[in-house]
Amino acid sequence: MEPIVEMIGIRKEFPGIVANDDVNLQLLKGEIHAVLGENGAGKSTLMSILFGLYQPEAGRILVRGREVRIQNPNVANDLKIGMVHQHFKLVHNFTVTENIILGLEPMVGLGALDTKKAAARIREMSTRYGLNVDPDARIEEITVGMQQRVEILKMLYRNAEILIFDEPTSVLTPQEIHELMGILKGLVREGRSILLITHKLKEIKEVADRCTVLRRGRVVGTVTVADTTEARMAEMMVGRKVSFAVDKAPAKPGAVTLEIRNLSVMGNRKVLGLRDFSLEVRKGEIVGVAGVDGNGQAELVEALTGMRRAESGQVLLNGTDITADSVRQRIRKGIAHIPEDRHKHGLVLDYSLEDNMILELYDQPPFARRGLLDREAIRPYAEKILSDFDVRSGKGVDSNARDLSGGNQQKAIVGREIELDPEVLIAVQPTRGLDVGAIEYIHRRLVEQRDGGKAVLLVSLELDEIQNLSDRIAVLFRGERMGLLEASATDENEIGLLMAGVQGKGGAA
Amino acid sequence: MKKPLIRIRDGRSVRLSLFAILLGLLAGAVLILTIGGNPFVSYWHMFRGGLMDLSRIGTALASATNLVLTGLSVAFAFRTGLFNIGAAGQMLAGAMTVTAIGLSIPVGALPRPFVLLLMVLAAGLAGALWGVVPGLLKAKFNVHEVVTCIMMNWIAYNLVSWLIPAYFASNLPSETPLIPKEHLLRTGWMASIFGDNEYINYGFFISLLMMVVVGFILNRTTLGYELKAVGFNRHAAEYAGIRVNRSMVLSMAVSGLLAGLAGATYYAGYANKLVVGTLPAQGFDGIAISLIGANTPTGVFLTALFFGILHTGKGFMNAMTDTPPEIADTIIATIVYFAATSILIERYGKVAAKWWKDRKGRKTPAGTAKGGAD
Repeated sequence: MEPIVEMIGIRKEFPGIVANDDVNLQLLKGEIHAVLGENGAGKSTLMSILFGLYQPEAGRILVRGREVRIQNPNVANDLKIGMVHQHFKLVHNFTVTENIILGLEPMVGLGALDTKKAAARIREMSTRYGLNVDPDARIEEITVGMQQRVEILKMLYRNAEILIFDEPTSVLTPQEIHELMGILKGLVREGRSILLITHKLKEIKEVADRCTVLRRGRVVGTVTVADTTEARMAEMMVGRKVSFAVDKAPAKPGAVTLEIRNLSVMGNRKVLGLRDFSLEVRKGEIVGVAGVDGNGQAELVEALTGMRRAESGQVLLNGTDITADSVRQRIRKGIAHIPEDRHKHGLVLDYSLEDNMILELYDQPPFARRGLLDREAIRPYAEKILSDFDVRSGKGVDSNARDLSGGNQQKAIVGREIELDPEVLIAVQPTRGLDVGAIEYIHRRLVEQRDGGKAVLLVSLELDEIQNLSDRIAVLFRGERMGLLEASATDENEIGLLMAGVQGKGGAA
Repeated sequence: MKKPLIRIRDGRSVRLSLFAILLGLLAGAVLILTIGGNPFVSYWHMFRGGLMDLSRIGTALASATNLVLTGLSVAFAFRTGLFNIGAAGQMLAGAMTVTAIGLSIPVGALPRPFVLLLMVLAAGLAGALWGVVPGLLKAKFNVHEVVTCIMMNWIAYNLVSWLIPAYFASNLPSETPLIPKEHLLRTGWMASIFGDNEYINYGFFISLLMMVVVGFILNRTTLGYELKAVGFNRHAAEYAGIRVNRSMVLSMAVSGLLAGLAGATYYAGYANKLVVGTLPAQGFDGIAISLIGANTPTGVFLTALFFGILHTGKGFMNAMTDTPPEIADTIIATIVYFAATSILIERYGKVAAKWWKDRKGRKTPAGTAKGGAD
C-alpha cells in the first residue's frame, strides 16, 4: 500500500511550549491509523496542522506524493481531507440535510435551494455505510451519536478520502462506540483512510492497523497494533509502567450525608432534564453517576450546588433541607464542587492563582476584614494548596491561572475544593483531559477524601473512572435513574445497557 | 509582599497605548500635509497651546478633570464586564442636578462649603440613579446595557430640554442663567496659581480623589474582587456564589456616580450654565480614554491629561496656522481607532515580522496547493 499522507519533520511551537517537535507520520491508503497520546502530547495540534487550522514552523506535508501547503481548511477540503471534531460543528435548528450541504448549497435557477436532490444522495450514502440517519430530522431532535454520524456524512458528501476523527468516542455509550467501530471498518473497506486520535487503548486494539504514539510533542514510535499489547502502548504513551486500577480498601460507609429525594429539574430546553431522581450518599463512600453526556448530569449537579432551581423534590445535607439555599449558603454548609468545565466555572483565568484559591472564601476571615482583602493571610493559604497538591506554575501563586497547563489547573481546583474540607464533594469529570499521572493523583485524592469519612459524588462520562472509583453506581438515562448498582457486583456491559436506556434489574442495591 | 495601591499598567499595554497615540498623530500629520499645512508647525502650536503658560496648563487640567471622571466611569463598568455607553446621560443628570441646586439656593442662605458639598453629592447620586436603571434592567430582565444606556442618554437629554425652559430659563428659553460664582467649584486661589485661569476648579481634586478611590476599590477590597471576578468570568463568579446580578447593579451605580460627578465639575466648574440640546461629548470621550488607559485608574488619568492638552491646544493651533481645530478631533478619533484595534496591530505586527524572517530564510518553494488566506 502506498502512503496517502506523509508528514515529515513537523514542528509547531506555541508561546512557551513545543507542541510538535520533528514529528513524522505516515498514513497508508486504506488503513486505520491511530494517533495515541496523553492530553498535551500534541495529537490535536498535529491533526489541526493537517487540516489547515495551524501552520507548522518547520516540516513538509505530502498528500498523494505531492508536497502541499495547507493554509486553511478549504485547502484541506480540496485535498479531500475531512475532519470530525471532538465538539461537533452543527447548526442545531437546521435539518441533517441543511447541515450537510452548508457551504455547498445546490441551487436551482436564481438562488432557490434544491434540498431534495441532496437529501436523496444523503439517504443513499447513509444506507450504504449503515449510518441510519434521517436526512429530514432536525439536529436538536437526534442523539449525540447520530449527530456524530451527520458529521461523518458531511465528510463523505464532500468526497473526503482522508478522514480525521478527533476523540470520536468521548460522547458515546459503549454500545454506540461498538457501532462506530463497525462504521470505521466499513469506510476503510471502501478505500478511504482514517486517522483516529484517541487516548483509549481498547478502541485502538479493536479497529486500528497501526498506531503512532506521541509523548510531549515527539513521536515515541509507530507500531503494528496486532503485534503490540495494550500495556506496551500505555507504557509508550506515558513513558513508564502504569497501573490502571485504583488502589483502595473496601468502603466503610457511615450515616447518610447527602440525600436527594424525588428531585426534578428543568433543563435548558424548558423540559425536565432530571426527573424524580433519588439517591443517598453516605459518609465514607464514593457514589458514581454514570451516563452518556446530556442525560441529566448537568441538571443534577447544578441543582445540588444551587446554580439551578429544582422544580420539585428535596436536597438534604445531614438531615437539613438545603433545597432553597443559595450557592453561597451551600458552600458554607459543606458542599464543594469540582466543576466539569474548569475554564468556564472552575477558574477566573485572568486572576492570579492566589486570587483563584480564595474564590469561595475571599470575604471570610482571615482573608478579609471589614471589606478589605488581607493579602498576608491569602498568600500563605494559596501557597499551601499549591504545594500540597503539587500544582506547578511558572511564577508560583502570582501566575495567572490561564498560564497553567490543564492538569495543573485541575489540580489547583481539586486542591481548593478539598481544602474547604467539605461534607460532600461533588466531582464532575474530575480528570477530563488530563494525563495519566495527574489522573492517578486526583483519583488518589478522591479516595483519601472518602477514607477520611467524607461523602463523594462522582459524575463522569468515563466508564472506567466510574468503575474504578465508585463504591456504588447510579446510571442516568434521559434524566431518570435507570438503576443503582454495587460497583463490585456489576460490569461494563450491564452499566452500558442501562446507559442506553435498556431496563435491567433496576433499582437493586 | 504588598501590592501597590495603584498598579502601573503592564509594559505591554503601555506600549500599545503609546503606539496608538503615535499612529494617531501620524495620521493627523498626513491630513495636515494634504491640506497644505506643515505638521511640525501645527503640532508645535497645538502642544504650545495646551502647555505654554500656567493659564493654559490650568485650562488643560480643568478640561482633563471632567475626562478623568467619565473615563473612570467607563473603566469601572468595563472591569465588571459592562459597557457603560451612558456616561453622557449620567453626566447630564448630574449637570441638571447641580444647576438646579446652584440656582435655587439663594446666595448666602447657606454656608458655601455646605452648598458645594451638597451639589457634588447630589450630582453623584443623580448619575448613580441614571446608571442603576440599566444595571437593574440587565440584572432582572437581561436587557443589554448598551441599549438601555443609550435610551437613558436621550431621557436625560429630553428631560433637560423640558426642565430648563419650564423652570430654569434665563432670558433665553434654551439656557439657564449663570450659576452664581459662590455656587461654582471655582476658587480664587487655584485661579491665581494658574495665571487667573477661570476654568480650573476644585473638581480637579475630586478627580484625583476618585482615581485613588477607584484604584482602592478595585485592588484592595472584597467588593473589587467580586466585581472583577464577574467581569472576567461571570460563570465562575456564579459558581463561587458571588451574586452576579447585585454586582452588575452596584457596578453601574458606581459608574454612574463617577459620571454624575463629571456633571458637577463641568457644569458648575469648567462652565457655569446649562444649555438644552447637547449630550456632553465628555461622556463619549470617556469610552476612548478608558480604552487607551487600559481600564486602569492611572492609565485613565494620564490619557485624560493628554486629551485635555489636545482639546486646549487645538484652538491655538487654529489661530496660529491654517490648520482647522477639527484636525485635533480627528487625531483623537484616530487614536481611539488604533487603540480599539491594538490587538489587530499587535497580531499583524507579528505576522509581518514573521513574513520578513521567512522571506529571508526560505529556501523551499511554495507548495502546490491552491487557495490562500482570504
